[in-house]
Amino acid sequence: MTGTALGAAAERREGHLKVTGGARYAAEHPLPGRAHAWPVPATVARGRVTAVDTTAALDLPGVLTVLTHENAPRLTEPGDPTLAVLQDPGVPHRGWFVALVVARTLEEARAAAGAVRVEYAVEDHDVTLTADHPEAYEPETANAGHPARREYGDPDGAVDSAPVRVDVSYRVPPLHNHPMEPHTSTAHWEGDRLVVHTSSQGGNAVRATLAALFELPEDRITVDTRHVGGGFGSKGTPRPDVVLAAMAARETGRPVTVALPRRQLAAVVGHRAPTLHRLRLGAGPDGRLTGLTHDIVTHSSRIKEFVEQAAVPARVMYATPSSRTLHRVVRLDVPSPSWMRAPGESPGMYALESAMDELATALGMDPVQLRLRNEPDREPDSGKPFSSRNLAACLREGARRFGWDRRDPRPGARTEGPLLVGTGVAAATYPVLVQPSTAEARALPDGTFTVRINATDIGTGARTVLAQVAADTLGVPLERVRTEIGDSELPSASLAGGSSGTASWGWAVHDACTRLGGLLGGLTGRLPAEGVTARADTDGRANAESPYARHAFGAHFAEVTVDTVTGEVRVRRMLGVFAAGRVLNARTARSQFIGGMVMGLGMALTEGSTMDAAFGDFTESDLASYHVPAHADVPAVEAHWIDEDDAHLNPMGSKGIGEIGNVGSAAAVGNAVHHATGVRYRELPLTPDKVLAGLTSARGG
Amino acid sequence: MHRSETTLTVNGKPHTLHLDHRRVLLDLLREDLGLTGAKKGCDHGQCGACTALVDGRRVNTCLLLAVTLDGREVTTVEGLTDGGETPHPLQRAFLDRDAFQCGYCTPGQICSAVGALAEAAAGHPSHVTDPAAPSGRPVPLDAAEIRERLSGNLCRCGAYPHIVEAVEDVS
Repeated sequence: MTGTALGAAAERREGHLKVTGGARYAAEHPLPGRAHAWPVPATVARGRVTAVDTTAALDLPGVLTVLTHENAPRLTEPGDPTLAVLQDPGVPHRGWFVALVVARTLEEARAAAGAVRVEYAVEDHDVTLTADHPEAYEPETANAGHPARREYGDPDGAVDSAPVRVDVSYRVPPLHNHPMEPHTSTAHWEGDRLVVHTSSQGGNAVRATLAALFELPEDRITVDTRHVGGGFGSKGTPRPDVVLAAMAARETGRPVTVALPRRQLAAVVGHRAPTLHRLRLGAGPDGRLTGLTHDIVTHSSRIKEFVEQAAVPARVMYATPSSRTLHRVVRLDVPSPSWMRAPGESPGMYALESAMDELATALGMDPVQLRLRNEPDREPDSGKPFSSRNLAACLREGARRFGWDRRDPRPGARTEGPLLVGTGVAAATYPVLVQPSTAEARALPDGTFTVRINATDIGTGARTVLAQVAADTLGVPLERVRTEIGDSELPSASLAGGSSGTASWGWAVHDACTRLGGLLGGLTGRLPAEGVTARADTDGRANAESPYARHAFGAHFAEVTVDTVTGEVRVRRMLGVFAAGRVLNARTARSQFIGGMVMGLGMALTEGSTMDAAFGDFTESDLASYHVPAHADVPAVEAHWIDEDDAHLNPMGSKGIGEIGNVGSAAAVGNAVHHATGVRYRELPLTPDKVLAGLTSARGG
Repeated sequence: MHRSETTLTVNGKPHTLHLDHRRVLLDLLREDLGLTGAKKGCDHGQCGACTALVDGRRVNTCLLLAVTLDGREVTTVEGLTDGGETPHPLQRAFLDRDAFQCGYCTPGQICSAVGALAEAAAGHPSHVTDPAAPSGRPVPLDAAEIRERLSGNLCRCGAYPHIVEAVEDVS
């Protein structure tokens, strides 16, 4: 592909709609007679519903129906147990939906939800994860199919006998995705056809799920995902809102919107499970690792085994002759965890990159040098060659841009009045994932082209980058290409997740355009009125096993101040350098890298959720208590990249970029806090209470 | 249920509505008038996605009971365009700086910035304004001022650095 569109900083095609309020999200489709629904969450952590009294609710004005497990439509048992809503009286966790009120207006629905009386038979619950929990077990696999355990050599013996050792534990708390648009669906039935507008990262998965649950052929379901207000993993697969909306629309004969209230999200849309890490590193005096163990314990719910694959990045990062990476999980009476931006890599690299920093301190070695010293020739765990690996270049380029060589390595050496100032570094990695998709490309007689694919734009700029792929493949100017996405009537495509969207969809678009170019080359004269169309399906190629280990890499640098009076940590600057194949749109890529880094800043300093042991719910369940970063928390953030020419990826040569910005950024901030203070904090987030307590005990106070 | 007749002007057009007293301005805009540019992110005044202008001042529309707004003038993100397709300079700056991703917080960020620019021009200090600055004079908006003044508008995509650049372009 040799055109000029790819790589250019093309402006978002839906940008004008978004800045003028014209982009319609899932709750914003005006339909005559549309009703609103409000869920009723369980108020106990474990047990079952023994009675639901809906009399008072049904007597309120405007109420159309109250659905409970006694009267809701029966669904085929879903593959995902979190979607079996209102099917039985069981309560697997607090916040599980036990009723749904449908009324003419939002106010009526909300009032009636408060009037539903539910009685429970309550059982004892346990929601507290501990490292030595007696019910912890080793699952077969962690998330994404990774083996729960990988081991080679004698890592424990190697660490025990190493001249320099680090043996540390870290804790990453539960984290919430909290996309700005809460999970929302509007459903209506047109005869025997179901139409849903839903806030999802993948319309085809929604359609397939609804088809199974409601026993409908897929071609009788239309799923619209034209504009989606963020997801960060929590909309990767359908969530209860879309099932409830379809149910309620069928029961009432009206269009129904289910817009989940923000406070209910934490319990029903998934969260990043807490991870308790134990890391042991052994190294020689030269800094070369001799052994590594990364053992994690996490939680999952009673109804679903989801295991955050936090020990997996240690299989990729550093050369070591012996290694063990192990996941264990405890099933508790907690909400079901799920994907959150860079599942596995994000908490796993926080721990690994913090431990590497501790090792550098123990060795008296510069932390950039330590990482360079442990660069592997091949992927350490699999032995596969890397398709490309430019971690070293990212570290060097980042160090140069950041001014790392001027750093005084002594902790606590830099003060500005009551502030301690420090800098830190951490590495990043994220796997290259790609999935089969289909696409259609059409040439029209007026010289324009249309690309059709059910890709989903959750904020990545999919419309724009796919037009760029098409323009360069066809060899035509970008403005002559239209893209249609976000509609299940379009050729099916994979979800926007795992940083795989652009690679997966772009590959299908590239192939469709290549075929179209071939067709056009064999034609003479004017095109027919309906144009000429070519289709492509990348199944069998996009999902073919690669002989290469394929990952993006990056390096984060952060500067922080720590207030010795208040314990407040503030980030002054963050700088990331990434090696992610070919960057296809400089403008939207930069925004994604920076966005991931900002989420990492939140993970480091402000974001943390707590399972309340007595009540069994998340204490931080809204945006007043769960602190995502705000403007004032976020300084200048710079993202740069190193262009890679990697022929083993896809026709565009791109790696995913949606998640890697989030990986390692929290560790860079934490390492900077250590450099500022000389105190090592091992539990996120680094809130003033913890920091001040650490400073006080370090002073011997 | 109680209802009252309320007349308010939205984007220059008067509307008389028979309002459920529980209806907040946000739901009036979205459900009664179809102005869905104002977004519902939390419904509790925590996120700022619903920000619009009432009599020129920015408000969280999810926290205002609509029935209390008789006679007031409301401007939403839809009302910022110059009577049609030409975007407001802030809207243009958001496009130029790629100051959004998913777009859901964007109308609130833009309306909030419009309000913040007016407040600074009117001499309203913020937490980071130099206490020694002359009272009542316009406050110059540097990056720190913009960050402070827009901190009621959350963006989970993390577009903050570009939002600040966009507002700086216009201030």
